[in-house]
Amino acid sequence: MSEVNGPSERFRLHVNGADREVVDAFAGASLLNVLRDHLGLPAVKGACEQGECGSCSVLLDGTLVCSCLVLAASATGREIVTLEGLTPAAGLSDVQRAFIEEGAVQCGFCTPGLITAVHDLLDRRPDPADADIREALAGNLCRCTGYGRVFAAVRTAAAWRRGEAETH
Amino acid sequence: MRAASTTTTTSTSTSSAGAATVAPTEPVTGGLGDSPLRPDGALKVQGRFAFSSDDRVDAMLHGATLRSPHAAARIVRIDIAPALAITGVRAVLTASDVPGTLTYGLIDDDQPVLADGVVRYQGEPVALVAADHPETARRALGSIVVEWEPLPVVADPDDVIAGTARELHPRGNVFRRQDVACGDQELVGEVRVEGTYEIGMQDQAFLGLEAALGIPDPDGAGVELFVATQWLHEDRKQLSACLGLAPERVRLTLSGVGGAFGGREDLSLQVHTALLALHTRRPVRMQYTREESFFGHVHRHPATIWMRHHADRDGTLRRVEARMVFDGGAYASTSHAVLFNAITHAQGPYRCLNATVEGWAVRTNNPPCGAMRGFGVVQACFAHESQMDRLAEACGLDPVEVRLRNAMVTGDRLITGQVVDSVAPVERCIRETVALPMPPDGPGGDAADPRLLPGGVGLTTDAAHVRRGVGFGVSIKNLMYSEGFDDYSTARCRLADGVATLKFATAEVGQGFVTLAQQIARTRLGVSDVVLEPIDTSIDSSGSTSASRQTWMSGGAVDAACRAVRSRLLDAVAQRHSIEVEALEIVGTDVVSADGSLRVPVTEASAGLVIDESAHYRHRPTVEPDAQGQGDSHVAFAFVAHRAVVDVDPELGLVRVVQIATAQDVGVALNPLSVRGQIEGGIAQGLGLAVMEEIVVRDGIIRNPSFTDYLLPTALDAPEVVVSLVEEYEPLAARGQGSRRAAVHIGNTGDRCRDPQRDRAPDRPYAGATPGHLRMTTGPRLHLWEVVVDCAEPAVLAAFYAGLCGCEPHRFDDEWYWIEPASRGGGVADAGGPRIAFQRVPEPKVGKVRLHLDLGTDDLEGAVRRAVSLGAGRLGDPVTDAAGSFVVLADPEGHEFCVVTE
Repeated sequence: MSEVNGPSERFRLHVNGADREVVDAFAGASLLNVLRDHLGLPAVKGACEQGECGSCSVLLDGTLVCSCLVLAASATGREIVTLEGLTPAAGLSDVQRAFIEEGAVQCGFCTPGLITAVHDLLDRRPDPADADIREALAGNLCRCTGYGRVFAAVRTAAAWRRGEAETH
Repeated sequence: MRAASTTTTTSTSTSSAGAATVAPTEPVTGGLGDSPLRPDGALKVQGRFAFSSDDRVDAMLHGATLRSPHAAARIVRIDIAPALAITGVRAVLTASDVPGTLTYGLIDDDQPVLADGVVRYQGEPVALVAADHPETARRALGSIVVEWEPLPVVADPDDVIAGTARELHPRGNVFRRQDVACGDQELVGEVRVEGTYEIGMQDQAFLGLEAALGIPDPDGAGVELFVATQWLHEDRKQLSACLGLAPERVRLTLSGVGGAFGGREDLSLQVHTALLALHTRRPVRMQYTREESFFGHVHRHPATIWMRHHADRDGTLRRVEARMVFDGGAYASTSHAVLFNAITHAQGPYRCLNATVEGWAVRTNNPPCGAMRGFGVVQACFAHESQMDRLAEACGLDPVEVRLRNAMVTGDRLITGQVVDSVAPVERCIRETVALPMPPDGPGGDAADPRLLPGGVGLTTDAAHVRRGVGFGVSIKNLMYSEGFDDYSTARCRLADGVATLKFATAEVGQGFVTLAQQIARTRLGVSDVVLEPIDTSIDSSGSTSASRQTWMSGGAVDAACRAVRSRLLDAVAQRHSIEVEALEIVGTDVVSADGSLRVPVTEASAGLVIDESAHYRHRPTVEPDAQGQGDSHVAFAFVAHRAVVDVDPELGLVRVVQIATAQDVGVALNPLSVRGQIEGGIAQGLGLAVMEEIVVRDGIIRNPSFTDYLLPTALDAPEVVVSLVEEYEPLAARGQGSRRAAVHIGNTGDRCRDPQRDRAPDRPYAGATPGHLRMTTGPRLHLWEVVVDCAEPAVLAAFYAGLCGCEPHRFDDEWYWIEPASRGGGVADAGGPRIAFQRVPEPKVGKVRLHLDLGTDDLEGAVRRAVSLGAGRLGDPVTDAAGSFVVLADPEGHEFCVVTE
C-alpha cells in the first residue's frame, strides 16, 4: 500500500529486533495495519478491529497487546515482537510444535495470535494450572477448535519445558 | 452406503488378493486410522499460511461496497458522480453495470448482485467502488448520494403466514411450505406435553473475514478469482451467469479459508470483486470488516417451533405434532433445504409412527438466512429434546430413561416413511454418554476458583449461590445433500516414482480434508509422500464442503482414484514378474504376492511408471418428497448423545457449562485426533447458541454487528469435553464430522438449574433479573419444584428427614442439602412431587412455622416412633378430623411438622 491518504508521517519501529522505517502510513494507522500492510508481517491477523479476538496479538515491551488497539506512531522506541520474531530461524518453537501435534490447528486463522499468547503465558508462568491457561487465552477467540486441543497443546509445551519426555 | 457408486475414467477392476501371509517390512505411517500431522500445520503455526485476506498483487485496486442503511426502501435516485470525481477512484458500479443475470442464489436466484431500485434488508449491496487505496474507496462510498424512500418493514414471519404482509419480492413471500404427515393423524396420547420454542439467529463468526482477489484476463474476456469459499464450482456457476461469461472463462482458486461453518456457501463478494476487476482491467482486492461481515453473509435461521408429543403413560412415544416457522430473511439462499431438514427431523432419534408436521420458511426484511453447521436440525433438536424432558416429567420418568425407551434402531421408519437402513446406535450413544465420568469437583472447581464460576472473575456470585444441573440431549442428523440432488465428487491421483499426487476441488476450510486425502493415498498405495495440488476449478467439482459430506464424498473419490492407480500398478508388477495380478496386493509399503515369493517396495515397483487416474464418487440416489413429505429423501444419518453439566446462579441468571460428555456415532474414525477436534469445536458452537450467541434484530436492523456485542465462547467458557467414539462399521469411509453438533442440549439442564428460560436458545444471561422478557407463548411453566427449609444445620436436618423418608440426603455444599422425590430416586414424595432442601441461615427460628410439612404414612404411631427415635419431639396426641389423623411433631431444630394418615 503506497498511497498516502490523509496526513502521513515517517517514523521508525523496532520490530523483531530490527529497526524498520515506516513510510507513507496514515498517521492514525493502527499498529496492526502498519505491521501487516507496511512492514509485510502477515502473521499479525485482523478479525474484529476492536480488541476482542486477539488475532492481532503482539508483544509490546514484553506485554501482550492487541495491535489493532495500538496507534502505530505511539509504538516508536518500543520493542515489538510478532509471531515472526518468536519463530526460530530454523524449525519451530516448542509451542508451535505442540499446536500441530495436539491438533490445536484447524483453519489456523487464530493460531498466530494464540501461539503468541501461549509464549507470553509460558514465559511468565512455566507451569500454569488449567484455570491459568483458560484465563491467559480468554482474549483469543477460536471458532474451530472449541479450545480443547489448544489447552492440550499448552500443557504439552509446558511439559516439554519441564524436561518431561515428549508425549509423541 | 449400499448403493454408492464410483466411476473411473478407465475401466479397472479391484484386486482381491487373499489375506496377507507376510508381514510388511515397513508399515505405512500416516495412513487411515492414524492421526498424522496436518500438511498445512507448519505454515499455519508460523503465520505463513496465506489466507484470502493475505492475497495481494502489485498495482491492485481496492474495492468497497455501499450498503443499504434501511431494511426496506425504494431507491428513488442514486448519484455516483461525486464518487467518480475523487482522485484515485477508478470505478463506481451500480445494478445497471451488471452484464449478465442481475440476480443469483444457491437454490433460487432471487438475490440481486446490486440492488435494482429496491432494498429488502439492511446491508444489501447498492453500489461498488474501486480505488487506488482502501481509504479512498471508503471515502468514495460516503460521497455517493442515494435518495431513499423507506418502505414498511416486514419483520414478523407470522405476518407473512397470515397474509397481512405486503409482497416483498416478485417471487412471493413464502420460500417453502411443506408438511410431513404419516400414520394416524388423529391419535391422542394418554400423556400429552407441548411447548413453543424459539431459536435465535446465530452467526457463523468465522475468524477469517471475507476477502477475495480478482485478476482480469488481459483480453478482458475472463477473470481469475482467489477466494475463500466452500464450493468453487457452484461459485463459478453463479458468477459466470452474473458476469455474462462462459464458465471456463471464470477460474477460481481456493485461497486460505479462515473457517466457514456454512457462512461461505452463498456468494458474498465474489461477483463484486470480479465485476470491478473486469470493469477496470486491473486486479482488485476486496475485504470486509467484521461489521460488514455481519451483513455480508447469511446466518442461522431464527425459528419458532411449536410441538406436542403424544405418548403412552409409560413414556412410549406415539405421535409428534409440530409447526415450524423459519424466518429466511430477504432472500432465499438455502431456506428451502434448511426447512426440509428441520421438519424431517422433528421426531428426533426416536421411534414414532405418527406425525403431523407443518413447515414454513418465509421471506421478511430481516437479514437473509441460510446454511450454518447443523442446517435446520439444530432448531428441531432444541425443540424435540425440550419436549422429551417434559415427557419424562409428565410420565415420572428419568430424562435418560424416556430417551432409552424410545431410542431408534436400524430398521425403524422415519416420519418420512424412509427406513433407517444403516447403523443407528442411539441406545449405545446414550448409555456410553451416561457412563462417562462426571466432573470431579463441585461448582467452581475444587478451590472454588472464581474464574470457573458462572460470571467469572467479576465475583458477582460465589459457590454458595451456584446450583449444578445435569441435562441430556440426543439427536439424529442427516448426512449429505437430500431431496434428489445429483451430488458427486471428483478426484485425480497420479503415481510416479513412489510419489502420489492428488488433485481435487474440495474446499479445505480447516476441517482437515487435506490430511485425510493424504492418509487415504498412503494406505491404498503404500507411499509416504503425497503431494497435494492447488485446489481450483481446473478439475471437475468436488461438491460443497458442507452437509457432513466431504469425508464421505471426496474421501470416496480420492479412494476410488487411488484404487484405480493401485490396480494399474499391480497389473504392471504382475506383467513384469509373470504373476497373476489376483495374487498381488499392497501391504505396508510393499507390493507382495500372496505366497510370499515376491516383495517389491512400491517406490521400486512404480519407478519409471506414470499412472494417472481420475474418479467420480456418487452416493445413492434420493428422491424429492411428496406433498406429505414422504419419500427416501435423505442419504444417511448419524446419531449423538450429549450430557451437559451446568452451573447456574439462579438469582443472577449466570451460567457456566462445566462439562459436556458425548458419545458420537462417527462411523469409523479415520483420523481420531481430527474427529475429536471436530466434536469439541461443534460443542463450542452449540454452547454459544445455547447460552450467549444471538444476532439481535429489531425491525430488520441488526443491533450488535461486532465482536464486542455479539458474544462468542472464549477459553473461559469452554467446557471440559469427555468423548466416547461409537464406531460401528459401515461399508464405506467415515461419516463427516463437520456438522455434528447438538450441544444446544445445554438448554435442557433441568435439575438444579431452575432457570425457566429453557424454551429459548440462547438463554439470556439476564434471566433472573428480567423475567418479563420471557416469550413463551404457552405461558411460563411453574410448578412446585422444592420446599426450602431455613435452618442452622442443614446437614443434620437433611439426615433427619432422609432417615424419616427412607432415602439418602444429597449434599451440595455445607450450606445446602436436599432430599429427592421418588421420580428422582428419593423417597420424600411421590413422582412429580417437590424435593425438600435445607439451607443454612444466620437468624434463629422465632415463633411457630407458618408453612409446615405433612409426611404421609399408613402407620401413624409407627411413623411417630421412628421420628422420635431420629430426634423429633412429639408435640401432641393424634388428632382425627374429616381428612384423617395426624400427630404434630418438631424436628431437631424445632420446626413443627405433621405425620398424617394418607
